[in-house]
Amino acid sequence: MKIDPVIQLTGVIKDYGSEEFATTALHGINLTVYKGDFIAITGPSGSGKSTLLNIIGLLDTATSGTYLLNEKDVTKINEDQQAYIRNREIGFVFQSFNLLKRVNVLENVILPSIYTGTNKTEREKRAKELLIKVGLEDHIYKKPNQLSGGQQQRVAIARALMNEPSLILADEPTGNLDTASGNEIMTIVKDLNRQGKTIIMITHENDIAKQAKKLVQIKDGKVL
Amino acid sequence: MNIAEYFRLSINALMANKMRSILTTLGVIIGVFSVILLVSLGSGLQSYITNQISELGSNILFVIPGKIGGTSGPGETVNRLTLTNVKYLSERLQGIALVSPQIGKTTTIKFANKSNKNTNIWGVSANFPDIIKTKIIKGTFFTKSQEKNGSKVVVIGPTIVKNLFPNTDPIGKKITISGGKYTIIGLSASRGSSFGQNQDNIVVIPFTAAKKQFSIDIANQIYLSANSPALVNLVKKRAKEVLLTRLDEEDFTIMGQEQILSTVTNITNVLTIALGGIAAISLLVGGIGVMNIMLVSVTERTKEIGLRKALGARRQDILTQFLLEAVMLSLLGGTIGILLGIGASMIVAVFFVAVVTPWSVILAFLFSVAVGVIFGMTPAIRASKLSPIEALRYE
Repeated sequence: MKIDPVIQLTGVIKDYGSEEFATTALHGINLTVYKGDFIAITGPSGSGKSTLLNIIGLLDTATSGTYLLNEKDVTKINEDQQAYIRNREIGFVFQSFNLLKRVNVLENVILPSIYTGTNKTEREKRAKELLIKVGLEDHIYKKPNQLSGGQQQRVAIARALMNEPSLILADEPTGNLDTASGNEIMTIVKDLNRQGKTIIMITHENDIAKQAKKLVQIKDGKVL
Repeated sequence: MNIAEYFRLSINALMANKMRSILTTLGVIIGVFSVILLVSLGSGLQSYITNQISELGSNILFVIPGKIGGTSGPGETVNRLTLTNVKYLSERLQGIALVSPQIGKTTTIKFANKSNKNTNIWGVSANFPDIIKTKIIKGTFFTKSQEKNGSKVVVIGPTIVKNLFPNTDPIGKKITISGGKYTIIGLSASRGSSFGQNQDNIVVIPFTAAKKQFSIDIANQIYLSANSPALVNLVKKRAKEVLLTRLDEEDFTIMGQEQILSTVTNITNVLTIALGGIAAISLLVGGIGVMNIMLVSVTERTKEIGLRKALGARRQDILTQFLLEAVMLSLLGGTIGILLGIGASMIVAVFFVAVVTPWSVILAFLFSVAVGVIFGMTPAIRASKLSPIEALRYE
């Protein structure tokens, strides 16, 4: 059975700064991610793993090299097209949760879908289903600061799933959590992978990295 | 993303900082309020003055010294409207118009130990009541023969009656004007006031008496009244021809009601615009307040902007959200300001004059929207251009 590659990075280089004082964060990365993969990217800080995740998530663009996402070349697309793809095909989970403090849990989960333009009752229904799925049915109308760290990260996962993306990008999802909460989050992440989501996760904790199917180690902007 | 969605986002954001939103709105409220109120005052003044002038009647003409619109303004030339010229004009216009000079000055008049200050002494002809509507409530106006003889008789206005004769009948009493004793023969009805001048603090005497009393021979102005409104233009043309045989073009101006109206309208228009302009400055300050708060808000919500972008918001989504917030602040302020301004104008109208003009309301409304767009644009553009990675990293 042939499995389609979700992500194909070829010779991706990322330079920062002006030509004279350029620092290179990524030195020609080649990476192929297949549908259903669960990859943990590890590496010391400053290795370029966050830059790589940003490029994969279309939050940043490579200086050179090519990037095929779902077999489409997305190397040179404009900002609005990037936003469109981020909105529909990628779900983000951040280390510091990044929830909006002034709106409730439900509104936070709905957030990506307001830029998609789905119907209001439909999106509320879906957001509630997702919150039930991550075990937060009793906290739908609470503000994020009324929840524990683990609960907040679960809200963020529900938000990442809102537009049914095929790809989930998680940047140190357990980095701000204690071991118990971290394990809860990993259980949910593994579940999602089992249900077919492709997952790329950055971590520096070996215990967490071991739970992924594949390990990609990065050092000095290169895949080891 | 539809427009209702943008509105919901903006309202949520504004409600999250209620106090700040209210204070920002207040700047716009005060600006719009002042524009409406001051423009209403200006317009009210204009319509009031216009009414006063219309009451003069349409067949009235005034000859005033100096040339309006000439090289030198009125007052700069020597007044050459002598009584001889007035007499000459009167003779030449016989049959088509009545003519009266108005000479005299402003002085204090006395009765017994009481005095009345700043009284306008008008020396006029016996035909004056036929030219300028003058209602005699008691007694009579002076006659042609009293005018001819230079009789020391006087018709006094309500202010003088009130100040000098609070309890007694003034008819037959003698008042002192510049040392001369004048017998009161009539009381004129109130004319109210116009141009800030009390029209009731006036005494009217024969111009012949005034000439002797003050040793003056020059009329402040000459009143003409055409025998019918249809004759006004003819009278004006003829009066000009007659006066030009004795005076230069620069020496006098003949004004009809229409010219006075247009002159006054010009002045009050300038006044209204000036008042509105001053008020507009406070609206500008309000706008700067909106911009200030929006800039603060963009900085404060950098992380939120980054998150929204990461989750799929395009530049225009962020731009619209922030622009709409600014417009809603100023629009809310504009609406409240308009309502307060109209309310205040109505209250002022009870005591003074004020007319709320639709154009000032429309203008203030559009202005407040413009303030929101103009002053909201910079912060909104700044927000929309933030890079999602950097914005997310912002603490």
